Amino acid sequence: MAIRERLSGNEAVSIAIRQINPDVMPAFPITPSTEIPQYISSYIANGSIDTEFVTVESEHSAMSACIGSQAAGARTVTATSSCGLALMWEMLYVAASSRLPLTMCCINRALTGPININNDHSDSMGARDTGWLQIYAENAQEAYDNYIQCVRIAEHPDVQLPAMACQDGFITSHAVENILLLEDEKVKAFVGEYKPEHYLLNAKESVSMGPYDIANYYMEHKYQQKVALDNAKKVIMDVAAEFEAISGRKYGMIEEYRMEDAEYAMVIIGSSAGTAKAAIDEMREAGKKVGLVKVRVYRPFPEEEIVKALANVKGVVVMDKAEGYSSVGGPLGADTKAALYGRCNAVVLNIVYGLGGRDVRVESIKEAYDRLFAAVEAGCVPMGYDYLGLRK
Amino acid sequence: MAYNFKQEMNKPERLAGGHRLCAGCGAGIAVRGVLRALKPEDKAVIGSATGCLEVSTCLYPYTAWNDSFIHSAFENAGATISGVETAYYALKKRGKIDETYKFIAFGGDGGTYDIGFQSLSGAMERGHDMVYVCYDNGAYMNTGIQRSSGTPKYADTTTTAVGKCSTGKKQNRKDLTEIIAAHHIPYVAQTTFIGNFKDLHEKAEKAIYTEGSAFLNILAPCPRGWRYNSEDMMEITKLAVETCYWPLYEVIDGEYKLSYRPKVKQPIENFLKPQGRFKHLFKKGNEHLIAEIQEEIDRRWEELLKLCGEEL
Repeated sequence: MAIRERLSGNEAVSIAIRQINPDVMPAFPITPSTEIPQYISSYIANGSIDTEFVTVESEHSAMSACIGSQAAGARTVTATSSCGLALMWEMLYVAASSRLPLTMCCINRALTGPININNDHSDSMGARDTGWLQIYAENAQEAYDNYIQCVRIAEHPDVQLPAMACQDGFITSHAVENILLLEDEKVKAFVGEYKPEHYLLNAKESVSMGPYDIANYYMEHKYQQKVALDNAKKVIMDVAAEFEAISGRKYGMIEEYRMEDAEYAMVIIGSSAGTAKAAIDEMREAGKKVGLVKVRVYRPFPEEEIVKALANVKGVVVMDKAEGYSSVGGPLGADTKAALYGRCNAVVLNIVYGLGGRDVRVESIKEAYDRLFAAVEAGCVPMGYDYLGLRK
Repeated sequence: MAYNFKQEMNKPERLAGGHRLCAGCGAGIAVRGVLRALKPEDKAVIGSATGCLEVSTCLYPYTAWNDSFIHSAFENAGATISGVETAYYALKKRGKIDETYKFIAFGGDGGTYDIGFQSLSGAMERGHDMVYVCYDNGAYMNTGIQRSSGTPKYADTTTTAVGKCSTGKKQNRKDLTEIIAAHHIPYVAQTTFIGNFKDLHEKAEKAIYTEGSAFLNILAPCPRGWRYNSEDMMEITKLAVETCYWPLYEVIDGEYKLSYRPKVKQPIENFLKPQGRFKHLFKKGNEHLIAEIQEEIDRRWEELLKLCGEEL
């Protein structure tokens, strides 16, 4: 029987980590992810887990120690946010190219410049091309479920890539919600033992990791990472099916909400999907044929699923909670447009919203749809992209 | 057991020949010297910062390392090996490993004094059971002889070029060994290649087999960067010690111990003269620059003698 609880997103993933009881966790505090290492420290102190916690002096060292630990053959986890993730940047690529399936709870927060502790997706969106898997949660339940699945997906022999389980800072990480937890034994059985093929502490063979890789081999190695990322799609669906069997909760690459007969669709990531669902319900009452595509897995990008979901709509508004400064739109906008190009005749708008914790309300979502209705009506897409909720 | 040169030299090499370090490179000599101190029955995981050592010994699909080896980046050898060591402890605790492993990280002065300084300090402070070895060749040699905070004053490097308006590096070198000693870890030592390598061997052995964090700073000359004849390496390191440019000492549980005191302290010119990077100091009119270097050497030497409880 599932365990009913009221938990914040941070506590939910901390409980997932407690249930998994990983070998090693190097982490450095940063708002809003700080609670996770705090919870783990208290679990260790009270003897409920025996994970080795490494109190590193920076996030760069956190990721470096994660790399050393996972390479040594230990199941390793960490947590961070914002500038912490930015400081790890260099090492994120190394973790992925070394094919180390470590997992991270990424509690999304705006990147500094100027400093801001509230939610947007600029941190993990900046890390979207590092070769990590990225799975985003709408709420605490998904944060918990996604994290447990991430361990399995990352460690799968066909994948062997690090995975980031993302949730929105404060909105999800600190708000307390009703949640269903799995029993400890069920989680332990689900993730199983970590059995790497090659690792530093294997007494039977020595192994060298992180070699200097010249032009003769580098490109093939980068290609192998791409193949692993492609393989992840099937593994994600297989793991989701297994997870459904023990939890009753169904997951996919994307989630479609009222898309069956939708003429206008929104594509969005994270907690705002919940707000969008409420807005859609109200707009449907008013006779508007609106629907939602929530991107759960952003890396690998669900190209096929998105194309299929949006095949019959008149218009799509893609919502980016990150400013990419590309001058043509946000990262989700760019990826969605690339996926749709030549495959769909819908008008596609891209809107940047919610930066640095700017409030996103039901009215905000309705306004985004209103702009989409107008664009479809006018039959053309304006150049560039737009901001929502900006004070002018 | 007393040090036996012949016996030590006959041990199987843990860093295989055929690597791509320059002839006469101090890094390879330092590494082999340290690894000889490992008991043959003990396993080890070796880490390296990005640098000459890494790119020359682990070039895909080859490796010169007979032990398990990991490189991840330039500034984080301390943190990376601390992760490996923690994994060992975690897996051992859970009964997944039986063998005894030792953990050694290598970095040049660039990866240690400068960009890897924070990561090293963190690893030492946390007390991981590991040895961090700096092979100090006094500049960023891998990128082409740029100054580091370990570069001696007035050295000619490619970022402290000597010219009409410059006499080389303006600053004195950072004393990293002292800084790491201030972490109050169980074992810190400074050594180089002297005589039959007894000093290096014994210090490496103590560093590896002392429980907790240990740090070794090894002066490891670079014939390309220092511009001396490769075959003169042992002469150069001897002069570094005899002039007190590079004193040999150790700090055991906070207690300073001088390993060697020259009978007659030689003038610093003797160390500077054979090296092309100090050539400009011997031009007429630059005598005061050498005098200034001598003054700093004397001041630091006296400080060290006091710390070691030696007579001045």
